[in-house]
Amino acid sequence: MAGATTMHLGGNHAARFENKAATSETPLVKWTILAIALTFFTVFLLMPLIAVFVEAFRKGWETYVTALVDPDALSAIKLTLLAAAVSVPLNLVFGVAAAWAIAKFEFRGKQFLITLIDLPFSVSPVIAGLVFVLIFGAQGWFGSWLIDNDIKIIFAVPGIVLATVFVTFPFIARELIPLMQAQGKEEEEAAVVLGAKGWQVFWYVTLPNIKWGLMYGVILTNARAMGEFGAVSVVSGHIRGQTNTLPLHVEILYNEYMFSAAFAVASLLALLALVTLVIKNWVEHQAARSYRDTQESAS
Amino acid sequence: MTATRTFRVLPGFNLTLGYTLGYLSLLILIPLSAVFLKTFEMDWARFVEVVTAPQVVATYKLSFGASLLAAAINAVFGLMLAWALVRYSFPGKKIVDALVDLPFALPTAVAGIALTALYAKNGWLGQYLEEIGIKVAFTPLGVLVALVFIGLPFVVRTVQPILEDLDTELEEAAASLGAQRWQTFRHVIFPILLPALLTGFALAFARAVGEYGSVIFIAGNLPFVSEITPLMIITKLEQYDYQGATAIASVMLIFSFILLLIINGLQAWTAKRTGRDR
Repeated sequence: MAGATTMHLGGNHAARFENKAATSETPLVKWTILAIALTFFTVFLLMPLIAVFVEAFRKGWETYVTALVDPDALSAIKLTLLAAAVSVPLNLVFGVAAAWAIAKFEFRGKQFLITLIDLPFSVSPVIAGLVFVLIFGAQGWFGSWLIDNDIKIIFAVPGIVLATVFVTFPFIARELIPLMQAQGKEEEEAAVVLGAKGWQVFWYVTLPNIKWGLMYGVILTNARAMGEFGAVSVVSGHIRGQTNTLPLHVEILYNEYMFSAAFAVASLLALLALVTLVIKNWVEHQAARSYRDTQESAS
Repeated sequence: MTATRTFRVLPGFNLTLGYTLGYLSLLILIPLSAVFLKTFEMDWARFVEVVTAPQVVATYKLSFGASLLAAAINAVFGLMLAWALVRYSFPGKKIVDALVDLPFALPTAVAGIALTALYAKNGWLGQYLEEIGIKVAFTPLGVLVALVFIGLPFVVRTVQPILEDLDTELEEAAASLGAQRWQTFRHVIFPILLPALLTGFALAFARAVGEYGSVIFIAGNLPFVSEITPLMIITKLEQYDYQGATAIASVMLIFSFILLLIINGLQAWTAKRTGRDR
């Protein structure tokens, strides 16, 4: 399911089409399409985003700040950061390893392996949580053993981390595989022939070529890790101050009709989303620039 | 077999493939197999009874129906948005382009409460819709709105690169041969876009069927009316009915696998049709 998450290196294309009669529509058609598209955009994307901030400040700054410095909110922030801090590096190492094996070598069943890596994208987040309940829950495979040894995974922090790693599993691999396949392996082979060791090849040849794709994958993984709701909701148990991530904290506040507080915490997550989009665009811009540079130096 | 073995110049094949397979099995494949193993503990009659219970069937109808409709809405308006972003210049275009990815970046719970606030009886949009007799929040229509929100970027982002790669020569040739603009679109451009559009549709649909966070706040979750299948799994879990939850999960999983294979096929078709491999 790469299509929608891979880096998009577009530039400005409008000029190419707009200046020719054969490739442009009559003004009436053009303005109709634009009006419909932008209305749809405003109603479905822009207004929900604005609503978050308006609702958050409805009762003023004081309520807003109070909601954010609440001890439960602070502990939710900590847990959210922890889940991301574990998932990103784990899936980063996996993504690089998988992309190296798949892009640099030929083996049977490669296409099938790529499909398997995509699996978590098509599994409902609720099921992602459920699987860990079936394994580590009180009635699960290891349930009685875990109870005997006094280890808590479900309704505790390890379960939340596991569920987060599961749902963010494919992002980096999915970004790197097509990128490294497109780059081929000539450069690495040349380095080996010239006497470079394996790690040197990766560090000095491969990494500079994939750094933007890697960063892009990390940003997407981080955003999803911090924002995941369904999967962690199943394994969390919603214990305040202990197993609540930020999105779960939003849910609890909302269900207790503390709307302003819920939206205040939600606005923090919306800010995170906006920062993610800004960095993502910057990375795409950098990647497009370095791609153009290599095209020019090659010709 | 040894005859087909070639000497590998680059190091690390065994290490990276081994690590990939190990990590994938431990974290994804073995956990997912737990769903099926648990389901096999049930006898067939009980399984059928659980997954075809009237309340559960009502959730399938809503989840699949609303997801299909949302994906179709996104296919139409997503294509228009992608077209506008590639073909026209307008102020604020860069911001619009960047914000298309918002549903990927915004946590689903935040999207859920924001949409509920907008479409509730006294919300910015809800109050006007209420006047003309349309209720969105806490009805199946609310489910549809949430699913349109989360599915939109899938269509835009699969169609947009194909539109950008389109050569102007094709349309110029069509125009010089006397084709009207609509004919050119219908017979020249649309066939090129179709595989990508279908891929985007399928991706949006697959995501919508499993969606939970953005839906539950706006749905109202009335049994037989606005309850989605993932919520049914949660409800069963909260009643400690692990078998029931697992049985429904296995139905959804099988459906997701089939959809995943279809999507891979569609992506291969897109690549073949347009000569792009990503």
